[in-house]
Amino acid sequence: MIEVQDLHKNFGHVEVLRGIDASVAAGEVVVVVGPSGSGKSTFLRCINRLEEVTSGRILIEGQDVRDSRTDINMIRAEVGMVFQQFNLFPHLTALGNVTLGPRKVRGASKAEADDIGRKMLEKVGLGDKIDNYPSQLSGGQQQRVAIARSLALSPKAMLFDEPTSALDPELVGEVLAVMRDLAREGMTMIVVSHEMGFARDVADRVIFMDGGVIVEEGKPSQIFKQPKSARLKDFLRRVIEH
Amino acid sequence: MSGFEFKWSVVLNSVPTLLGGAELTLIITIGGLLFGFILGTVAGLMKLSGKPVIRPVANCYIEAIRGTPFMVQVMFLYFGVPLALGTRIPPLTAAIVAVAVNAGAYVAEIVRGAVQSIDRGQMEAGRSIGLSHRQAMLYVVWPQAFRRMIPPLGNQFIISLKDTSLLVVIGVGELTRTGQEIVAENFRAFEVWLAVAVIYFVMTYTLSRGLRYVEYRVSASERARSSST
Repeated sequence: MIEVQDLHKNFGHVEVLRGIDASVAAGEVVVVVGPSGSGKSTFLRCINRLEEVTSGRILIEGQDVRDSRTDINMIRAEVGMVFQQFNLFPHLTALGNVTLGPRKVRGASKAEADDIGRKMLEKVGLGDKIDNYPSQLSGGQQQRVAIARSLALSPKAMLFDEPTSALDPELVGEVLAVMRDLAREGMTMIVVSHEMGFARDVADRVIFMDGGVIVEEGKPSQIFKQPKSARLKDFLRRVIEH
Repeated sequence: MSGFEFKWSVVLNSVPTLLGGAELTLIITIGGLLFGFILGTVAGLMKLSGKPVIRPVANCYIEAIRGTPFMVQVMFLYFGVPLALGTRIPPLTAAIVAVAVNAGAYVAEIVRGAVQSIDRGQMEAGRSIGLSHRQAMLYVVWPQAFRRMIPPLGNQFIISLKDTSLLVVIGVGELTRTGQEIVAENFRAFEVWLAVAVIYFVMTYTLSRGLRYVEYRVSASERARSSST
């Protein structure tokens, strides 16, 4: 469903991605791990073209993301994204955040959009918070609203960019629980995360990135129990020790 | 002793006429700022544009206006431009256009600053749900930026209101012009100009108090909305 071929990305003279090849099948959950600065967030942001790619190809259901004939807005509606900093719209209520996409992108009426919005907020366990502004919600609740905001467009895949990194430790669980549910329902997911437990339990495949390339990938058991490369062994040692 | 005697009767007699002038002052200011806001929004957004030609055009306009005195702009517009166009411009129209063009340049900077102050993640989040750049600007960035524009826009309103006194040179009957005409008749410069000053002060003070209240409300809601992250 998502195909990445020889992806390169430079920021000025700095080469952040140095040739990434990856493919994600429908319904697959892929967790991307790696040290900070390894390019994993950039990789994710290139998939829905929040970052302009320097070279390479990205195909989403066969559609080339960089092709000028591709309607990038439609691609983005089909591939939801959840940010580390939530990026909720502070001037809109939870329901307003979730219904903006259905109304303006899908052309739903207010009643239809509200209906979708309520269902999605219920799905993430916030049916009683629809009229709250983001500032009136905890970090975990805000991130769940952000997930509902993406789900409201009924995407075919979801990208998660360190969705729990900005959360207080006690709020991480509620967000991961929503993500587990999504995975169970068969959502195609690419998750950049430091949550090794989540990767171990939920991922079909783990990708380890370092220095702008994919160093190793495989089933979670293989990545965590029998790492091959020295860099992955070193990374796991540091992550697990601290 | 200079033999000067303050005459309340002069003040009382001239106030009704002066208030007529003050009304015109307000009409020019409000009209000018309304168009100035539209002009400034367009110029401010042009300045934010990444396209090659658009930004320099906005820059030229903003720099030219900010780098020249308002009175020169007024005289150029009222006495100069008609010679080139071959038609007269009615004084009131010229006055409103002059205020609009002048305020527009300052509003442009206010708009640019406010839009740039909104976190980049807001535009990204908007784009990530499939909104076009224009939609994300309209529904996500602009409503937040507009709140931040209110205090500086209020300041600009006060500045423009005071600047309208320079329109005296084109003879539009605003407050300063009205005062000048009364003094020409009764030679009571002290009472009349004092009355004129008080009327300006009442207008600007009311505005700045109102503005402080709005600022307080805006910052309170900003505080409430950004308290938890």
